[in-house]
Amino acid sequence: MAADQGVAKRGPVSAFFATRPKTRLGLLLAPPLLWLVVAYLGSIVVLLITAFWSVNGFTGAVVPAFQVGNIVSVFTDPLYREVTLRTILVALSVTVIDAVIAFPMAFYMAKVASPRTRAFFLVAVTTPLWASYLVKAYAWRVLLEPNGPIDIVTGGHSPGYGLPATVITLAYLWLPYMIIPLFAGFDRVPSSLVEASADLGASTGRTVRSVILPLVFPAVAAGSIFTFSLSLGDYIAVTIVGGKTQLLANLIYGQLVTANNQPLAAALSIVPLIAIILYLLAMRRTGALESI
Amino acid sequence: MGMEFSRGFRIFLRVCMWIGLAILYIPLILIVVNSFNQSKTFSFPPTGLTLQWWIAASHSQGALSALGTSVAAGVGATVVALLLGTMAAFAVQRYRFFGRQTISFLVVLPITFPGIVTGLALLASFTNILGPLGVGLGIGTVIIGHATFCIVIVFNNVQARLRRLGTSLEEASADLGGTLWQTFRYVTFPSIRGALVAGALLAFALSFDEIVVTTFTAGPEVQTLPIWIFGNLFRPNQAPVVNVVAAVLTIVAIVPVWLSQRIAGDSVTSRV
Repeated sequence: MAADQGVAKRGPVSAFFATRPKTRLGLLLAPPLLWLVVAYLGSIVVLLITAFWSVNGFTGAVVPAFQVGNIVSVFTDPLYREVTLRTILVALSVTVIDAVIAFPMAFYMAKVASPRTRAFFLVAVTTPLWASYLVKAYAWRVLLEPNGPIDIVTGGHSPGYGLPATVITLAYLWLPYMIIPLFAGFDRVPSSLVEASADLGASTGRTVRSVILPLVFPAVAAGSIFTFSLSLGDYIAVTIVGGKTQLLANLIYGQLVTANNQPLAAALSIVPLIAIILYLLAMRRTGALESI
Repeated sequence: MGMEFSRGFRIFLRVCMWIGLAILYIPLILIVVNSFNQSKTFSFPPTGLTLQWWIAASHSQGALSALGTSVAAGVGATVVALLLGTMAAFAVQRYRFFGRQTISFLVVLPITFPGIVTGLALLASFTNILGPLGVGLGIGTVIIGHATFCIVIVFNNVQARLRRLGTSLEEASADLGGTLWQTFRYVTFPSIRGALVAGALLAFALSFDEIVVTTFTAGPEVQTLPIWIFGNLFRPNQAPVVNVVAAVLTIVAIVPVWLSQRIAGDSVTSRV
């Protein structure tokens, strides 16, 4: 009886959808898919096409006249090559620094801390992720400034603004992005393996080297995707603490805003895009993509 | 825990943990303390504490109108992300279809690619495709840009909740004659409400402090709070007000994380 009442109350719309799960799925999927494919992937395609367009010398307007000059100069101009190399070195240094700092932290949280303190530490390392990116970079500008806190604490040995300051600031900004995947990686290491290793007489160093390191390596790779990719695309932190340092994203921004040359900016942005895709492909071999 | 490791090693790890936390928090604390600093330029330790810069900031027209713009952009992006993220989460969690994994990947992509690529790509399509159609850069294009990378936050939260929820309650409702709408309204929605609120708070926080995509999609007229800060960062006489706005941004960005943790214990706050 109750079921009958329910069916009786069912309106025509509900009755129509109730028997058509595929229609429901289609309606659920269409808006987000349209947005992500048309607005997002579509834009990436437009970006790639724009790289082959030209700028009208008189009006500065972008005109759809095909040319390959921008792409060629991006890959042959010595200045761009130097900046690309510097950017990749910065991104790699940031990744290594973050991995070294995050490793013992994630290790401690996952394998040594008690469950209660672990929950506390997890929130504590996640929260700074949400503090404003701009403000964090600005905080380092204040820390590193002449006669600023670091100068006072180190007795005048602050690195000042420049390339080292950029690496430090970027490493600070992306540190939580390394800690969190690493924590998940340590958490997945079965404690029984660690105990077995200790029971069989392995020293702490041996257990870490032979049991833990190989098992958490994919997590380090997963974290490095973020630290590497985010460093490649940054121009704000460099502008704030980098002094005259130029990285790829600065050049892109400069071409767009100062030189008003959108096609060249688009061509330049293909470099970080390729670097990240190559990096993703390299990391896929380590199984990192499954642990994101 | 961790008795398999030597005592010295455990102490070493604990020391590293606290040093790491200190590194993470000292700059943030510095920003908040600095906003109460009496002297106009940075002095360490502060010569005295004052509220005068907070009062000055509350009268700064530029900062206030930027705050309004940031809130409007954040609310707009959050609404779009809530709708699209929830729909995608339902599709992926409640249906089996070809290309399900691809949807999850597509949703994450906008935060995996560097902001400058996303920003420039959106700018290229806005100016080259929407521009000729008479649509200019403004708050609307900022909302489109922000929503694109906020979807993943709502998606992750709702998806995690739907997975834990299972389908038995919804099936029971359907078996008892509940219509699709009744099942959603009285069974599914109350169970995912916490995840929706958490996702909305976090999406708002993400939009509120975004600067790279904003720079490219805002056009010259629209100023959000981060853009205002960036524009005034290199002006020494604006420094005290910038310090206050920076402190506000820090607090406004952190509070939603704590709130979302309290509202939904399983809230996905990690971003990664």
